[in-house]
Amino acid sequence: MTTTTTAAPAGVRRRAASFLHRHSGVRLSLLLSAPLAWLGLAYLGALAALFVTAFWSTDVFTGDVVRVFTWANFTDLVTGEVYRTVALRSLGVAAAVTLIDLVVAFPMAFAMAKLASPRAQRWLVIAVLTPLWASYLVKAYAWRVMLSSDGVLGWGYGLTATVVTLSYLWLPYMILPIYAGLERLPNSLLDAAGDLGARGWRTFRTVVWPLTFPAAVAGSIFTFSLSLGDYITVKIVGGKTQLIGNVVYDNIGAANNLPFAAAVATVPVVIMLVYLAAVRRTGALESL
Amino acid sequence: MPDQAVSLRGLRKSFGPVEAVAGVDLDVADGEFFAMLGPSGSGKTTVLRMIAGFESPTAGTVELGGRDVTRLAPFERDVNTVFQDYALFPHMSVLDNVEYGLRVKKVPRAERRERALAALRSVRLEGFEKRRPAQLSGGQRQRVALARALVNRPRVLLLDEPLGALDLKLREEMQVELKAIQREVGITFLFVTHDQEEALTMSDRIAVFNQGRIEQVGTPAEVYERPATAFVASFVGTSNLISGEAARTVLGREGTFSVRPEKLRVVLGQEETGPDEHEAAGTVREVVYAGPATRFVVDLDAGGRLIALQQNLQASSMDVTGLRGARVRLVWHRRHEFPIDAPAEPVIAG
Ligand SMILES: Nc1ncnc2c1ncn2[C@@H]1O[C@H](COP(=O)(O)OP(=O)(O)OP(=O)(O)O)[C@@H](O)[C@H]1O
Ligand SMILES: [Mg+2]
Repeated sequence: MTTTTTAAPAGVRRRAASFLHRHSGVRLSLLLSAPLAWLGLAYLGALAALFVTAFWSTDVFTGDVVRVFTWANFTDLVTGEVYRTVALRSLGVAAAVTLIDLVVAFPMAFAMAKLASPRAQRWLVIAVLTPLWASYLVKAYAWRVMLSSDGVLGWGYGLTATVVTLSYLWLPYMILPIYAGLERLPNSLLDAAGDLGARGWRTFRTVVWPLTFPAAVAGSIFTFSLSLGDYITVKIVGGKTQLIGNVVYDNIGAANNLPFAAAVATVPVVIMLVYLAAVRRTGALESL
Repeated sequence: MPDQAVSLRGLRKSFGPVEAVAGVDLDVADGEFFAMLGPSGSGKTTVLRMIAGFESPTAGTVELGGRDVTRLAPFERDVNTVFQDYALFPHMSVLDNVEYGLRVKKVPRAERRERALAALRSVRLEGFEKRRPAQLSGGQRQRVALARALVNRPRVLLLDEPLGALDLKLREEMQVELKAIQREVGITFLFVTHDQEEALTMSDRIAVFNQGRIEQVGTPAEVYERPATAFVASFVGTSNLISGEAARTVLGREGTFSVRPEKLRVVLGQEETGPDEHEAAGTVREVVYAGPATRFVVDLDAGGRLIALQQNLQASSMDVTGLRGARVRLVWHRRHEFPIDAPAEPVIAG
């Protein structure tokens, strides 16, 4: 079935319009068809291609991709000590970044949503958003300068530097969902908790946190997946540190082993799926 | 003087340039059902929030049971609030909501459960313990909010337009119920409303608010029958003021006087008036038939306009609507007329 064209008589158009009005499901699917097609082709298609490629191999001499099914890449991945260490390290970095962002973002978002005047609130939102307009590279190099041994912080490069820089980079993605969640939380609930005798910490634990947990989960999905996939920051401030992203990148570039890169790249995808499944069990996704 | 449940002295609150509360003195006795009545923006909620501790006064003091609590946090005050939007915790069951205050105060589990169930029983909500607030009707939520506050047995219960979100019929039911619950638990109820009928029917005493000040405090009968100011006369019931030339001609006195519409008798013929009665001649300008009663709007010959409310004991709508334009006399007993302060703003020392 099609929607009407401009040439169609008014009666047909009106009938189509009323049909669409009555059948909201049809209307919805028509509206969503374009974005869904885009998602299906560009995103899921690419993901499928990645997955298929992961089961191929390269010819040792020519370097050409051999399109024959093999488990070899995954066996290498699982048995290789290096890869396990890198995967665990990446997981640790993503978890640390998420935790740091959560701890830093919550009080900031709370101050923005509940303590600041409406005017100050607008400015604070802009202040949080502004760094997102600056180039990723500029921010990463700024941290490189600050962290260098003769810089302001002078911590040097390595794992800590990577975690700190990533925490900074993804912080807005944690603040904004939590801020939105706190905005939706009626002030009267905070008053009610105080009225019933609860002090600050208890109000946070029993009222604020349970009601903004879904927002925090939304933020953590950003910080976690962005950290898992990152390879540039590590290159800039990580020193010798290797993360999953570097392994993928090096295999595409230097090693020219596309199938193995694909196999490595499925690791963060699988981790994210496990994470989402775990989050789903808490029921946080329903209220997103 | 016996201990007051609530004493406010020179209470003020400014939000930037806005003076929301401009000097309030008030005493509420233990066990009273006390209403704060006033138009929108008159500062009722702000006063209530200062008593609860959510807002700190710009000046003045709040005493609860003779103890100065002006600087104490909400959780340190022996009051509980029923919020206008109920403010039930959406992620907790009805029972958990009601138990919240007891849990905070570390009341043992068994006693906690028992008291919460008793509170739910007193608001007729047994069987709803496991539901979430979203699964309740407006009236039921209102009663959960009441139970959640009452279960803590506060010295004073503050209610901010607790019935405002309910439809008329439910509101009238809840008015009766609220009154019954208050009598049962004997806790001081301090409640805010802008509905004068609600204030008149439910309260022991009323404070009428206007622009951040109290214009009058008294029993419903006092406030209604003997309004102290022109504002009270017009806000509580229908304003009927006789002033200026009319006061001189009709009453032979200077000043402004108030008479309630139902105290006026509309006389058509040459009926004699008693020695203690006043009368004023005029022309019927408008007749509004309203079922059990009829409102006559009468332009006085001496200037000014009065409204008279007559029970339709015999008359039908045909009879009364024919009276538009008729010459009538309004007659009332002089004990029903009261002098009123000039409409100038009363000043209360702060
Ligand atoms: N947080 C605030 N910031 C600024 N102004 C406020 C604030 N709270 C109240 N006001 C102002 O103070 C005045 C009194 O407000 P309040 O809420 O006490 O009125 P109210 O009598 O409860 O009215 P209503 O019947 O509409 O609830 C109003 O002019 C209001 O705009
Ligand atoms: Mg109010």
